[in-house]
Amino acid sequence: MLALSDAGILLGQTADDWRAAVLLSAAALEAAGVAEASYGERMIAMVEEFGAYIVIAPGLALAHARPGPDVRESGMSVVTLAEPVVFGHPYNDPVSVVIGLAVTNADDHVSGVAELANVFNDATAIDRLATARSVAEVRAVFDVSA
Amino acid sequence: MKIVAICGAGVGTSGILKVNAERALARLDIEAEVTATDIQSVAVAAADAQVILTSPEFVERLGKTNADVIVVQNYFDVDELTAKLEVALG
Repeated sequence: MLALSDAGILLGQTADDWRAAVLLSAAALEAAGVAEASYGERMIAMVEEFGAYIVIAPGLALAHARPGPDVRESGMSVVTLAEPVVFGHPYNDPVSVVIGLAVTNADDHVSGVAELANVFNDATAIDRLATARSVAEVRAVFDVSA
Repeated sequence: MKIVAICGAGVGTSGILKVNAERALARLDIEAEVTATDIQSVAVAAADAQVILTSPEFVERLGKTNADVIVVQNYFDVDELTAKLEVALG
């Protein structure tokens, strides 16, 4: 599983729009020591260029950009939103959970996301994250210890 | 059989699509090579692919292709992927 530190988990956040939501996930990555602030702008640029395809399941956005010098180590963050935000996806809006993902190289990512797929193949996982009230509840969804 | 999963960066969403497509193919008992790539590389990566898996945003960017294009709504729904792959490959 990709590294997820307590600092990378922000619950019940408020975002005015999808950009703010993505920047929250970037702030969590930064707090976790995974990526630098510029990574957030790069994640936003992906959506500006390609659309809301990062909203890969109902209520869930997987914010990410390509590997780069602003990625310190591979890892992830979890942000939950008090009020869901519209990203502009044809099927999966609105978004309550934003996973921030940063990888140092494309190979890292394959094993990491395989495990992420395991977590979310459980259809209840997104709801359980969206309603989590503590870091421990988030960790229970990912079934990873600190 | 070659299947290509497309996303914007070639890391992240296409990787998830690849993993779950492999699960769907296992259910269908179909052997295929699934690769993940980004939209810029699609012309090369998908030149000899039978199936392209992607999200609605990328369909228009794919350009001309002989592959079956499968548009995936929920990347984590292996049932959806299985049903759509079965239609495309059946």
